[in-house]
Amino acid sequence: MNQLFSVEIIISNKPQARDPEGETIIRDLVHKTGYESVKEIRTGKLLTIQIDASSQEDARDRALLMCNDLRLYNPVAHSISVRVRS
Amino acid sequence: MRVAVIQFPGSNCDHDALQVLTNNLKLESKLIWHNDFNDSSWDAVILPGGFSFGDHLRAGAIAAHSSAIKNVRKMANDGKPVLGICNGFQILIEAGLLPGALLRNACLKFVCKWTNLRIETSHSAFTCALDTNSTIRMPIAHNEGRFFADEDLLNHLTTEGRVVMTYSGENPTGTLRGIAAISNEGGNVVGMMPHPERASDATLGGTDGLKVFGSMLKWS
Repeated sequence: MNQLFSVEIIISNKPQARDPEGETIIRDLVHKTGYESVKEIRTGKLLTIQIDASSQEDARDRALLMCNDLRLYNPVAHSISVRVRS
Repeated sequence: MRVAVIQFPGSNCDHDALQVLTNNLKLESKLIWHNDFNDSSWDAVILPGGFSFGDHLRAGAIAAHSSAIKNVRKMANDGKPVLGICNGFQILIEAGLLPGALLRNACLKFVCKWTNLRIETSHSAFTCALDTNSTIRMPIAHNEGRFFADEDLLNHLTTEGRVVMTYSGENPTGTLRGIAAISNEGGNVVGMMPHPERASDATLGGTDGLKVFGSMLKWS
């Protein structure tokens, strides 16, 4: 019995790939306005998808399979994390 | 030599490439809509610059799954010259025909300027009419041209002679090792960020691009 699951896919640059957008946010906004306690900011892309699946685990597996099959991220430069919301 | 130029929704350097191939180099050349590119009997194929599919998801990521790429892949495997220019380079990477990644420019700006390029190898379908270590001049115009790969891949590409062109002098995008163009193992598939079609007529300020396209004729 399938049901609809909400899944979040977060695509971000790998730690060794510079993230100039994150660097600009921390340098020119966050630190300039006194939020010195913030030590790092990395930007990324969030995809929220609704997917038919039999369980949370199944929803996660299907989403991950799609990410790899369609190359929703470039594994050379990006890492992804997939989490099931409901 | 018959050369196909593939058009995607959002391609905008397709006519420029056709103009150079047809009028400047006098080659038989044709623009082909991506859905209609189902014939791999062409001698060479160009993936032109632009913003295919609006650059959504990532530049080149959606075009990389279009049916045209099946034939591009076949031609690449047959050893025929395949050139991706700018967005075309991004498509070749997203299609897995070339390794690495092209990330947003380090300066976070769309960089549009003339650059000097060093030819790192003349062993490619698009530099075999040029001398290794010579310098050519060509414009760049892109937002995502910062080549990225891990150290192992960078070393591999360097040792194998697959770094085809590097920026000479200033590095305009923060691209690793100054990389502006790379090739596949065979040297027949080349991706480059600079625009040879914008430097192939004296009226546009340079003709070095003609040697890039002209290399196809020498390649076998």
